[in-house]
Parts: sequence; structure tokens; C-alpha cells
Amino acid sequence: MRLLSRIRWLPVYLGAFMVFLYFPILLLPLFSFNTGVVAAFPLKGFTTRWYVQLFDNQVMLGAAWNSLMVGLAVSITSTVLAICAARAITRYKFPGQKPATGLIMAPLFLPEIIVAVSMLLVLLQIGIQLSLLTVILGQIVFCLPYSMSVLIAGFEGFDRSLEEASLDLGETAMGTFRRVTLPVVAPAILSSLLVSFTISLDEFLLAFFLSGTETTLPVYIWGQLRFAAKLPEVLALGSLMMTASVILLTVAEIVRRRAEKRVMARGGPNA
Amino acid sequence: MPDVKPMIEIRNVSRHFGTFRALDQINLDVAAGEFFSLLGPSGCGKTTLLRMLAGLDTPTSGTISIDGADCTEVRANQRPTNMVFQSYAIFPHLNVAENVAYGLKRMRLGRVEEARRVDEALEMVRLPGFGARKGNELSGGQRQRVALARALVMRPKVLLLDEPLSALDKKLREEMQTELRTLQQSVGITFVLVTHDQYEALALSDRIAVMFGGQIAQVASPMEIYQRPTTRKVADFLGGMNFLRGRIAAEAGAALTVETERFGTATLTKPPGFTASGGRATVGIRPERLRVLWDGERAEHELTGRIANRAYFGETTSLSVAIDGLEAPLSIVETNTFGADELNIGAEVRLAFDPEALVLMADPDAR
Ligand SMILES: Nc1ncnc2c1ncn2[C@@H]1O[C@H](COP(=O)(O)OP(=O)(O)O)[C@@H](O)[C@H]1O
Ligand SMILES: [Mg+2]
Repeated sequence: MRLLSRIRWLPVYLGAFMVFLYFPILLLPLFSFNTGVVAAFPLKGFTTRWYVQLFDNQVMLGAAWNSLMVGLAVSITSTVLAICAARAITRYKFPGQKPATGLIMAPLFLPEIIVAVSMLLVLLQIGIQLSLLTVILGQIVFCLPYSMSVLIAGFEGFDRSLEEASLDLGETAMGTFRRVTLPVVAPAILSSLLVSFTISLDEFLLAFFLSGTETTLPVYIWGQLRFAAKLPEVLALGSLMMTASVILLTVAEIVRRRAEKRVMARGGPNA
Repeated sequence: MPDVKPMIEIRNVSRHFGTFRALDQINLDVAAGEFFSLLGPSGCGKTTLLRMLAGLDTPTSGTISIDGADCTEVRANQRPTNMVFQSYAIFPHLNVAENVAYGLKRMRLGRVEEARRVDEALEMVRLPGFGARKGNELSGGQRQRVALARALVMRPKVLLLDEPLSALDKKLREEMQTELRTLQQSVGITFVLVTHDQYEALALSDRIAVMFGGQIAQVASPMEIYQRPTTRKVADFLGGMNFLRGRIAAEAGAALTVETERFGTATLTKPPGFTASGGRATVGIRPERLRVLWDGERAEHELTGRIANRAYFGETTSLSVAIDGLEAPLSIVETNTFGADELNIGAEVRLAFDPEALVLMADPDAR
């Protein structure tokens, strides 16, 4: 009986949850194609004007370019750092391993605004000029735990004897890394790159606090919200960013699943 | 063993992990072209020793020479050895042909020659035409063959195999045992096989080293190690054995005259390392060396007892026979040719034995 009543409520709950989460997001693209300047029903008519305007907007294009550069720098650096750390953690036992891992993962649980404000204070104290570089540094710290969790999972499925087999077959340590380690963990690396790029693309607080005169897209959007007339353009930009994020995360997930399937199918001696 | 220089010489090799001695003063020679097995229970150090032959690990002390050259410090990628890993370690991102060609790539043989050698190796392990398959499209037995081909294609001086058959089911394992032996004889490479399966070691090897707790207990041919185990532990590990209490009556060099309860007096050879504790000795006889006497059949050496227990194994029946004056019942294995499967518990049987089959063993734990 209890099971029955549960089954009846689950879809209702799920439905409410979905509407609450996704309805506002779905409104974004809807209004971005609306002729009216005010984001309200009824819709006035279909137009792509806001998108055309968007791509004529030099300030926006500058912010987009900044976001792209920051995203690339952050994703590549945090992935490279995470590769080293994840490999050390999955492969060697060393004193202080647990606390070290904990510290690297901590930003995941700290309130981002605290992290952002503390970094700002430190940077100002040392007298470092705020710029996109400081944004990059801040976001690397923030992205590392995500990269780490993806890569640790990837490396843990990695059978150590694969590297030994490669050495045994005459390959050097470097060659083994290039011909075996890298290709086998490539999906995890790609996944880490995509996830950290997406996080950087959407990240607001650090970008807001740590950037100087140059801004990234989320900060640009925030600045535009003050002007009612700019709203449709912001909606168009938001829709584009959302689409990009969804595509990136979907690709990351597909890559991760395919890699998982491969590891499963490979199995161990007892599989 | 031929009197040429051995292919592998292991001298005083120890490997310590912290205070734990995984290997303790190992000395071993393996002849060129020999099929040599390291046999022992799980955790006795077999893999550790094999990895040191491969160059994947370095001894704490001692030296290892391969083909006359000291290679204790030589890295795995510089040694004339190749290994078949217990997990097979098939590269998951490569297909079968690419796996087999992996080590050849560094030799820069040219496409044609490389492809020829890959095909040849796949043929050798009876996997022709499997080149394009992915690792995850193979069965356990096929993966094992790919691992074998990948190592053999390198034409090593020594092939190292770490429990290569333990992941396979019984029927396939027996099939692969025969194949492995045939393969070794046709390529003529020195094989060192690690196994915890005594039947596998007995069936495949020219010689076997039995290991316990990081030490070698005995090195001998399969027949000798099975029939003439030097210690009680080796005897026990290799199969069933009826252990009997004996009393030393006389000693003349390596020959001991031992009185054994119900089995009479026999003159037995003293195994190395044997020390009699207070005139007592442990003597044994294998279950298949005892024979049931049918009807009026007589034998020079007979025992009479009652069947205490029995287990039917299809082609054989295992009987447990209680004998007056013996502490433990005797185990016997009888083929079912004459109807051993029809003997019931409680039935009286007469047994025949040959005193030649009695063996004297060192038994440090005897009270
Ligand atoms: N890297 C290591 N660190 C610590 N102990 C080890 C290591 N490798 C093996 N051992 C220990 O050495 C012993 C022998 O291991 P191994 O050679 O793998 O045994 P096996 O005979 O089952 O192949 C085991 O008790 C194992 O726990
Ligand atoms: Mg082992």
C-alpha cells in the first residue's frame, strides 16, 4: 500500500521540480526571439534582431573573447595540474595524502563568495594588479576539485599492469606515457577540459571580484541588466551561452560514459 | 639438465618490503629451453620473483643473470624477457594486431615485415584473422592468447608467465595447458611459469620449484617432486599423502632404517635438511600407491581395514580406510575399473602396498 501511494506522488513531485527548474530557463530563448523589448506575455512577434544586434556589439564581443581566453587557460591549467595530482593520489601512497587531497577538494564546499573575497584581499595586499590573469588564477583554484574528481575516477579504472606491459615490451617510460597512459585516460582528460571550461564560462563571482577593467561574459551580462532596453540582447546572449554549456556538458558526459563502458568491458582477470 | 651455462641464474636474491621478507635468499638456475614452474600457495612470493626476472622490480640484495649477463640493475625495457601478465594487460585502446605489434614498433621493421610477424604470432596462438578485433570483444581464453602472442612476437630469450590460466574455466584451462606445452616445445624458448595449481605445474614443467613464505622448499622434476617430496609441507601441497609415524631403528649414511606402524620396516633415503627428532620420523605414502585387493588376490605386503568414508569422482573413487593400530584412516584412490565405486561404508577391504613407495620427509613441526 505504501509503495502504491509513493508511486502516485513521485511523478507529481518530479513534474513540479522540472517546471520550477526548467521553466524559467526555457523562457530565456522564447523571449530572445520576441519583437517586444519587455520580457512579458503576450509575445509580440518573431525576430532575430537581438541576435544580429548582439554580434554588432563590440563590447560584448570583447567580453566573449575574454571569456574564451580565460576558459581555455583555466581548463588547460587546471586539467594539467589535476592530472599530476590525480596520478600521485591514485598511484602512490605518501604521508599526508588524505589531508592534501582534502585541501585540494575543499573549494568544492567553501562558499564561493568567501573564496572570492579572500583572494581579492590577498591580491590587493600583495599589490598584484587585477586583470584577466587574476581571474584565471582564481578560477583554476575553483575548477581544480572538479577536474580532480573526474580524473581520479578515470585513473582509478586504469590497470597499472598496462604500463608495466608496455615497459616489458621495450618501451621507455616517456613512450609508455605517450602510447598507453595518455590514450587510455584521454576520455577523462577531455572530460575534465570540457567541465572546467564550462564552469569558467559561467562563473561570475570570481570573475566579478578579481577582474580589473576587462570583463568576461557573465560580468558583462550583469552590467547590462541595468538598462531595460538591453534586456532582449542579454536574453539572446544568455540563450547562446546556455546552449554552449549544455552542448559541452553533454559531450563531456558522453565521453565519460564511453570510457566507462570500455573499462567495464576490459574487465579484470576475474571478470 | 644439459651441462651448458644456465639461461637464468638467481643468486642469494632477497626482496624485503619494509620488515617483511617477501623473498628470502633465493638461489635458482633455469636451463636454456627449459619449462620451469614456480609453484606455491598464494602470497609465497612467486609473482615478486617473476617481476624481478622481468626487471619490473629490483632485489633488495642478490643478483640475477640472464643468458650469462648480470642484469640485476637492467630495466624491464632492456631485458631479453617478456611477460604474460596475470590480468593479461591487453591495451584497451588498441585492437589485437596493434597489441601484438606494440613492441615491434620500436624495432622499425617496416610495414610488411611487421605485419608478417604479427600474423605469424597470431597463427602460433591459433588466433588467425583476429587482428581487427578490439580487446573488449575477446573472451578470456582469447585475451590470454593475445597476451601470449604479444610477448612471443618479441622473440624473447625467456618468457615469463604469471598464472596465465588461472582466470579460465576448467575445460579451457586444460586445453590451454596442452597448447602451452606444445607451443613451448615448438618455439624452444625458456618458459618460467608461476602457478598455485599443482596439477598445472606437474603437467607442464620440466622442473618445478616449490615455494613457501619467500623460500624455496624443493626443486625437482614433476615425478620426483611428487613421489619424493623432501618435506611434509611439499608433500602436502602437491596432493594427498598418508602420513605415518616412524621410529628410526638404524642409520647408515644417507640410508635410514625406519619402523613404521603397520607398514613394517623399510630402508629409506634421508632427504636433505632431515633431522630426526628423538628418534622419530615422518613417513608417507601417496593414496594411489595403495591398492584394493579383490577376491582371492594376494600380495606380499597387505593391510586389512574397514571403509570409513568414500567419495565418488566418476573415473575414480576416493576411499578412507580405518586400520587397527593406525591413528588416522588411510586415503586411497582407486580407479573404478574393478568396482571400487560399489564398496560400501563399513565393508572390510584388504589393501596392498609396495614399501618402495614409502617416502621419508623432513617434518620440522612434528611433536
Ligand atoms: N609492493 C609490495 N609492497 C608490500 N608488500 C608486497 C608488495 N608486493 C608483494 N608484497 C607481499 O609479498 C608477498 C608475496 O607476494 P606475491 O609475490 O604477489 O605472492 P604470490 O606468490 O601470490 O604471487 C605477499 O605477502 C604480498 O603481500
Ligand atoms: Mg601472484
